[in-house]
Amino acid sequence: MREKAKILDQEAIARALMRIAHEILEKNKGTELLCIIGIRNRGAYLAQRLAECVKKIDAVNIPVGILDITLYRDDLTLIAAQPVVHKTEINFDINEKNLILVDDVLYSGRTIRAALDALIDFGRPRTIQLAVLIDRGHRELPIRADYVGKNIPTAQTETVEVHLQECDGKDEVVIIEK
Amino acid sequence: MVTGVIRWIIMNWNRKDLLGLEELSKEELEYILDTAESFKEVSTREIKKVPALRGKTVVNLFYEPSTRTRVSFEVAAKRLSADVINIATETSSVKKGETLIDTGRNIQALKADIIVMRHNYSGAAVMLARHVDISVVNAGDGWHEHPTQALLDIFTLKEKLGRIEGLKVAIIGDIAHSRVARSNIWGLKKLGAQLTVCAPKILIPPGIEEMGVKVAGSIDEALHHADAVNVLRMQFERDELAAFPKQLEYFKEFGITKERLSKAKKDIVVMHPGPINRGVEMSSEVADGANSVILEQVTNGIAVRMAVLFLVAQARDSNANSN
Repeated sequence: MREKAKILDQEAIARALMRIAHEILEKNKGTELLCIIGIRNRGAYLAQRLAECVKKIDAVNIPVGILDITLYRDDLTLIAAQPVVHKTEINFDINEKNLILVDDVLYSGRTIRAALDALIDFGRPRTIQLAVLIDRGHRELPIRADYVGKNIPTAQTETVEVHLQECDGKDEVVIIEK
Repeated sequence: MVTGVIRWIIMNWNRKDLLGLEELSKEELEYILDTAESFKEVSTREIKKVPALRGKTVVNLFYEPSTRTRVSFEVAAKRLSADVINIATETSSVKKGETLIDTGRNIQALKADIIVMRHNYSGAAVMLARHVDISVVNAGDGWHEHPTQALLDIFTLKEKLGRIEGLKVAIIGDIAHSRVARSNIWGLKKLGAQLTVCAPKILIPPGIEEMGVKVAGSIDEALHHADAVNVLRMQFERDELAAFPKQLEYFKEFGITKERLSKAKKDIVVMHPGPINRGVEMSSEVADGANSVILEQVTNGIAVRMAVLFLVAQARDSNANSN
């Protein structure tokens, strides 16, 4: 295991999130009906940051929720370490809203598939749009992101790690070679 | 806004069974309680269901009459999308050991995944778990343990008071014949609570002090400084209590009343595993009063049982995978 390359540093992450926030506002024509939901763990922090970016642009607080998708996974038995179940915190009505679903890395698409199932158990949003910091390819399901921080071509033997201040003490995205 | 702290616990739960709290470590207990906290949210949703145990079969095998525990397990399993089958067996049809093992093996042959068992013999769940590969969850075995009841008691206490460490908890009632008391004592001691029990002398098992439990001479003494009191059901239907003084007499001596509570801490938490004998273990005023968390215990029971079913199923799957 060695670090092959640093893809994004702190400033690049901040710039990417700000750009995504602008794109979200452009596409949704403002903040009305807009909600952001982050997928635990790092997606939740990114969702919070995106909401702050939106506030800088439009001076509006939009609702932010956290989704834990552990109970909706289809690969519970395939992963070595058992995932810990955490609380889902969506304290607002998602019916008829435009939801921005946020995750750190888009890879096979299975996490997003699980998140969509979970969200639909909470109601019927008008739209669900996907924002990710990194799209590394290798999709196994017909899923694509509406907003991407950076596209990174990767080999399947590599791992993309997103480190965030809130849980890792620093902001960076690195590729790890196994 | 995002509330709460996201905590990642590095821990691996690898028990396919939950048989009692005695064998669990402090970390394992905390892990179940943390997981239960996450599951509590599911029951507040409009669609109270997650697909975590979809395709799994849970068999409730009850050798003793029980409504609330069985229903609680059934609700928990269904909210996890498992299929549930209830088997109620009369005690009289069970010949010790042999038949129980056969029943377990038959349930396993039906390709069920989890047996939730209530049995009148202490140790029955341990024995069953030894003879089947599928998961066994003890829903009460004789006088031995009733782990999920104690877990939901502890969960409720923690929710109410924010911690377990250092709490003073009194347990009142038939300690000698109570699996609820035993599981509570194991669990609470491991998590750092201080325990006092109080009951008529014949209902206090000799040597209980060796478990690190104080014996109080009177209810007032037991309630003095207590942060919480767990009042056990007096099981007058049991043969062992045939020689026991009348219910009224018990109430006079050991019943929890408003007057007795007024001498205790103002915000003392009053718990009861149910069903309550009103006017025996406690007065109606207390049962329905501001200190009582009896119905919250019922709600929390579902979250705790969802967590237990999920964890044992997951452990069995990953054990099977690594073999």
